[in-house]
Amino acid sequence: MKNMIEIRWHGRGGQGAKSASQLLADSAFFAGKYVQSFPEYGPERGGAPITAYNRISDTRCNVHSNIYYPDYVVVVDETLLHTVDVAAGLKKEGAIVINSDKDPEELRPLLHGYQGRVCTIDAKALSLKHLGRYFPNSPMLAAVVEVSHCVDPEQFLKDMETSYRHKFATKPQVVQGNLDCLAESMKEVRG
Amino acid sequence: MSIKDRMSGNEAIATAMRQINPDVFAMFPITPSTEIPQYFAQYVADGQADTEFITVESEHSSLSACMGAEAAGCRAVTATSSAGLSYMNEILYVVASARLPVVMAVATRALTGPININHDYSDSMAERDSGFIQIYSENNQEAYDNYLQAHRIGEHPDVRLPVMICEEGFITSHALENILLEEDDAVKKFVGEYHPENYLLNREAPLAVGPYGVSSYYMEARVAQAEAMKAAKRVILEVAEDFERTFGRHYSFFEEYRMGDAEIALVLMGSSAGTARESVDELREQGVKCGLIKVRVFRPFPAEELAAALQNCKAVAVLDKSEGFSANGGPLYAETAAGCVNMDKRPKLVDIVYGLGGRDFTVEQGIRVLRRLEKIAATGETGPVYTHMGQRDLREEVQ
Repeated sequence: MKNMIEIRWHGRGGQGAKSASQLLADSAFFAGKYVQSFPEYGPERGGAPITAYNRISDTRCNVHSNIYYPDYVVVVDETLLHTVDVAAGLKKEGAIVINSDKDPEELRPLLHGYQGRVCTIDAKALSLKHLGRYFPNSPMLAAVVEVSHCVDPEQFLKDMETSYRHKFATKPQVVQGNLDCLAESMKEVRG
Repeated sequence: MSIKDRMSGNEAIATAMRQINPDVFAMFPITPSTEIPQYFAQYVADGQADTEFITVESEHSSLSACMGAEAAGCRAVTATSSAGLSYMNEILYVVASARLPVVMAVATRALTGPININHDYSDSMAERDSGFIQIYSENNQEAYDNYLQAHRIGEHPDVRLPVMICEEGFITSHALENILLEEDDAVKKFVGEYHPENYLLNREAPLAVGPYGVSSYYMEARVAQAEAMKAAKRVILEVAEDFERTFGRHYSFFEEYRMGDAEIALVLMGSSAGTARESVDELREQGVKCGLIKVRVFRPFPAEELAAALQNCKAVAVLDKSEGFSANGGPLYAETAAGCVNMDKRPKLVDIVYGLGGRDFTVEQGIRVLRRLEKIAATGETGPVYTHMGQRDLREEVQ
């Protein structure tokens, strides 16, 4: 379908890839878009590879298949690069965003000949700095918004405050850290 | 005024339940339906519903608790999936034959084995002869809308049958999408209160529920139940009409998409219909006269209406998302073929079993099936009538 952005997330069970894809859908919904966010689970256990998907469009998304030719790919766990062909079908005019402290070009050889834009973000350092614990999904979410502009980055930061206040209604003390983490992550994308 | 929101199918169903505020919700968790009682427990804890929320030790018990509550004169609901639905099997028949309009949400999921948590219709189709009304949903919106209509259908005096509202495990249950919700008051007004004619807690008119039926009575009870299922067809349409008047969204037994001059067509259910609409659109752009029918109501089965909608087609593929091991095709095919068999004009029919255990269905697959139908329409030769699609290497997909 025309004017649709399709995003595929690769992560491991428990890392929050599904939640991040839901938050991205939330912010696109606030921007007036039609959205889909859905997970694809393998075995039900922490650490197993999982995939999550986003469709963002100006009209309702009727297609309910998985995404085989994404515009963007997000890799929440760098170790997946060795076991999963994360760039499979990725459009070359799109981009891949990988959670890593390495330079993007260092990782390109692991991407099975992918020719398009490769970006990295050190989600671990950013998460530890702002949240005190390793939750990679906020930095990854910010990075994919920065790279894809699938929603307006400024509006995104405003809408995420609403989302986080709702999501963390029982622990409001973590909201500001997450917001700071998003804002800095958008500046820290490499590639 | 409708409210624009976004949520998963599970949250949509839980929201409908909160708005209806049933008397009893008896639950036992199983993936992927667990979130429905999970959300609902939060609503009860937050005082948004005053439902008696009963946690029991099995699905056999959750439906039994619902049966007791309904027999007492309450509105009772539950939710389940897969093996949980199978474990209810005995009580499904008891509830239906006792004519108790329990409403159950089913996040459909494959039956073992191998063990699998993903969607197909093997759980709900295994219960198609249980006496429950079965209504299927394409997405979160339809899951919500179907649920809002369920109580009125089941509780209607001419029907008095339990209802399953089926959504798809993960594909719908865990997918966040846009949705139009209705306001609480408007929902309560549409659904109305439940005032059963006969109920156990009525001291003035004592009755027995679920007694022994000797041979001289059993058959009369069963025929009355069969008549109720026939009557449900009329009531389903009446409720759908009122739903459209009230909330503006149209529902019927099935949805026809670009069927006007269609010579070839797909008959299928659920989310695959959304995907296949894209397949139809692509081939329509190339001048192929194709369409699809999405079956919403499977019990009662709208056989005559479906056959009439297909009579001008030359070739039709029924897509079954459950394998019945009949060696003669899946349940949707069997019902469609039975509906068509006495028509003077009827299409060539083939059955394709697909999407088992979460195997993905794509726009490209829909196009391949339509291309195969073009050949059947041109030659009049069906080739193999019952085949599978999407599996690896065991047998080549028939083109």
